Amino acid sequence: MDDHLNVVELRGITKQFPGVLANDQVDFTLRSGEIHALLGENGAGKSTLVNILTGLYRPDEGTIRVDGEVVDLRSPRDAINYGIGMVHQHFMLVPTQTVTENILLGLDEPRFNMNLSHYDQIITDLGEQYGLQVDPRARIWQLSVGEQQRVEILKMLYRGAKVLIMDEPTAVLAPQEIKELFATLRSMIAEGKSIIFISHKLDEVMAIADRITVLRKGKLSAEGLLTKEMTKQDLAREMVGRDVLFRLNKVEQTPGNTVLAVEGLKALNNKGLQALRGLSLHVAAGEIVGVAGVAGNGQTELAEAITGLRPISEGKVVVHGQVLIEGGMSGQRRSRHVRQVIDAGVSHVPEDRTHVGTAPNLSITDNLIMKGYRQPPIARGWSIDSISANTRAESLREDYDIIVPTIDTPARLLSGGNLQRLILAREISCEPKLMIAMQPTRGLDVGAIESVQRLLLQQRENGAAILLISEELEELISLSDRIYVIYEGEIMGEVMESDPETLGLMMTGTRQEDLVETRKVSQ
Amino acid sequence: MTTKPSLFAQYRSGARFRLRMEPRLEQPGWLGLIVSLGAVTFALVLGGIVLMLVGGDPIRAYAFMAKAAFGGIGVFSDTLVKATPLILVSLAAVVAFRMRLWNIGAEGQFYLGAFGASLVVLTPLLPPETSPWLMIPAMMVMGMLAGALWGFIPGYLKAKYNVNEIISTLMMNYIAVAWNNYFIFDVWSEGGFQMSRQFPKTAWLPRLTDYAAQVPMFRGLTIHLGFVIALIAAGVVWWIMYRSRWGYEIRLIGDNPRAARYAGINIVRNTILVMMLSGALAGLGGMLEISGVVHRLQGAISSGYGFTGIIIAWLAKLNPILVVPISILFGGLLLAGREIQPSGIPMLIQGIILVCLIGSDFLFRNRIRLVQIGQEA
Repeated sequence: MDDHLNVVELRGITKQFPGVLANDQVDFTLRSGEIHALLGENGAGKSTLVNILTGLYRPDEGTIRVDGEVVDLRSPRDAINYGIGMVHQHFMLVPTQTVTENILLGLDEPRFNMNLSHYDQIITDLGEQYGLQVDPRARIWQLSVGEQQRVEILKMLYRGAKVLIMDEPTAVLAPQEIKELFATLRSMIAEGKSIIFISHKLDEVMAIADRITVLRKGKLSAEGLLTKEMTKQDLAREMVGRDVLFRLNKVEQTPGNTVLAVEGLKALNNKGLQALRGLSLHVAAGEIVGVAGVAGNGQTELAEAITGLRPISEGKVVVHGQVLIEGGMSGQRRSRHVRQVIDAGVSHVPEDRTHVGTAPNLSITDNLIMKGYRQPPIARGWSIDSISANTRAESLREDYDIIVPTIDTPARLLSGGNLQRLILAREISCEPKLMIAMQPTRGLDVGAIESVQRLLLQQRENGAAILLISEELEELISLSDRIYVIYEGEIMGEVMESDPETLGLMMTGTRQEDLVETRKVSQ
Repeated sequence: MTTKPSLFAQYRSGARFRLRMEPRLEQPGWLGLIVSLGAVTFALVLGGIVLMLVGGDPIRAYAFMAKAAFGGIGVFSDTLVKATPLILVSLAAVVAFRMRLWNIGAEGQFYLGAFGASLVVLTPLLPPETSPWLMIPAMMVMGMLAGALWGFIPGYLKAKYNVNEIISTLMMNYIAVAWNNYFIFDVWSEGGFQMSRQFPKTAWLPRLTDYAAQVPMFRGLTIHLGFVIALIAAGVVWWIMYRSRWGYEIRLIGDNPRAARYAGINIVRNTILVMMLSGALAGLGGMLEISGVVHRLQGAISSGYGFTGIIIAWLAKLNPILVVPISILFGGLLLAGREIQPSGIPMLIQGIILVCLIGSDFLFRNRIRLVQIGQEA
């Protein structure tokens, strides 16, 4: 057997969806024992390609070979029988069941009598073999996101997968967890597995992959590049088709007066648990202040509390010296608080573009006037001046480069980047004094990220105060003037110039004071 | 497709086909009309088969039904009379459904509207000799208030305590009918009959036939002012929905309540207000029916108008203007049902048309392609 045995070989894969050619004559080769990154912007066809490989879709044209044999994959079950397993970005686990139960779910063995302790041992052994420690008797809801991901990987290994497809596996992880994941991936390679690593994050791909295949608009842009011969710049050009600026020009400017002051904020999350535990921060005019943290540490609740959407039990939110939200305000008049916040010149780019930020079946115009329909010129007494609404929509479409056939098109037909530009157009055009931006670039491709970041920097130059809540450390570091780190509803500290390392430690619960201590000790 | 040797070559000689469905990316405006017309045609063919099975001549039966509903100015006037309450209850459904409030209580609100209008005449709040210029508007206001009250109760329960409005509005229908029955069996009963005494002429909506002395060709035309009021109501509802700030809020809440909250819209208040508007429209329908047609309060003033209204609203795709022609079509079917024997047939055809129209929505949203097995996408 030669060293470069191809475990999986896709040739000339073409897949047509109504109106889109998702894959156009794509080739892909996975060698035994390699980590092969599949890189591309959103909508480049990465998901389609792996869905074909896992039997969810069938290609219009092209062949799939596994270990040199042509195969016909009709379902994920077929795929796993050929040893191809996928770890999805969104975990498919039953929260109330144990790790072992989740791993056995859907299998023929064991039958009626589960004999779980026997299987617990098998899973412990399997975990040790690959460096995937997790308590088999723990229930899923008790596990961290990183541990849940290990369960997903174990599920595939238990089913005998020798090819693992990892779909954006780092999206939900903290920097330290990413390191652990990468170590696990390497140990699996050492055990003879092969891995397809899907991502649009260049740094990670550079760090973990042996070879890289780049897709662009459904076509093969580059196949099987050797990572060590590539630079980030090269890869970005392959992905986007042009040169991309990684560092945007940030003008030096001194921040002005304090615009937002949050003091001792306490609030519950949707499950009724304490999500914010006495959190304080402030943002001044003309500065971008970042909030870094692993998802689920109170970021969502923070944005909602400041904008009046979530009741707070204690503390207050002050904008330009005016107390907008206070602990103990009645929840009955919530919509009035939200309106007061909007009227005070606070705009909000919500985390969830499709479920909160826009109304899918309403037109572009209707979506663009969501915040401004109460004020003239769009409001005219009780009625809405449709002429001025349409005029505004047309001019925003021009200025913010929203690509739609007409302004009457329903918002659900917009792509992610277009939808975000629509939201930004609406939130920026009201000339906000304060802007709460939550994950403004999540899920967008490199080109769209650049344009969104440019808009944020422009707002900063115009003297707006911006609170940028994000999980992308790169982005926070390059855009922010200061960064707060949030962990379990508390601020761990505030840093001016920072490296991912320090931020990462704080994001996992180390306070800034203690950080200094440990450093002193180590010196 | 391809000449390359393929995995599926074995199937090709057999040339087996199967149907595949895929969602339409675009839904051009004309498509809805074509699909709907196609569905009605299909339904008429199906109905024709049924007619043949029971030994009838479908062509003649259809011709007779068309004539009975639209065959002359007299019957067309009767069709419009039937369409009047349908337009209003359908508008009531349109307003509520736009906000995804499933008010299926238009029937009860219709009855309460009739009751409210009767209060003015029968209590009497206004003496019989009052000028119609005051009497009719007073009846309209009372009818709408009573209907709005019947919408307010489930609206308030929904907004404050999240009580399922489907159940509460349905149950309130029975209360409304029983409430009316109490009054026509007892309080306002005329000589023990299950109806009130006839309203004085001042409480009648003017009909064309009332002017037969001046314009002879109006003789026998029962169409009354209520039809014009219904048309105005459709226009007003359209304006509210598409040109007012309130309507914008209703549409936004209906499409995405979380986005509405994010935009600072008061969902609790709008839930109550929309249920009240919906109830008021249905109540106005009840008032127009007794003031324009029945001229007294009695049982069975509605032949399930409230429920037909739900279907019409749906077929009109919640468009207040489209409600008008569809209501007229349904008015015609109701009328033909009265004219033809056995009268079950038009009901049956109405049912088939409904099922076909509702089913055709699937074709509007998806397209079906014939694909050869092995080449399927």
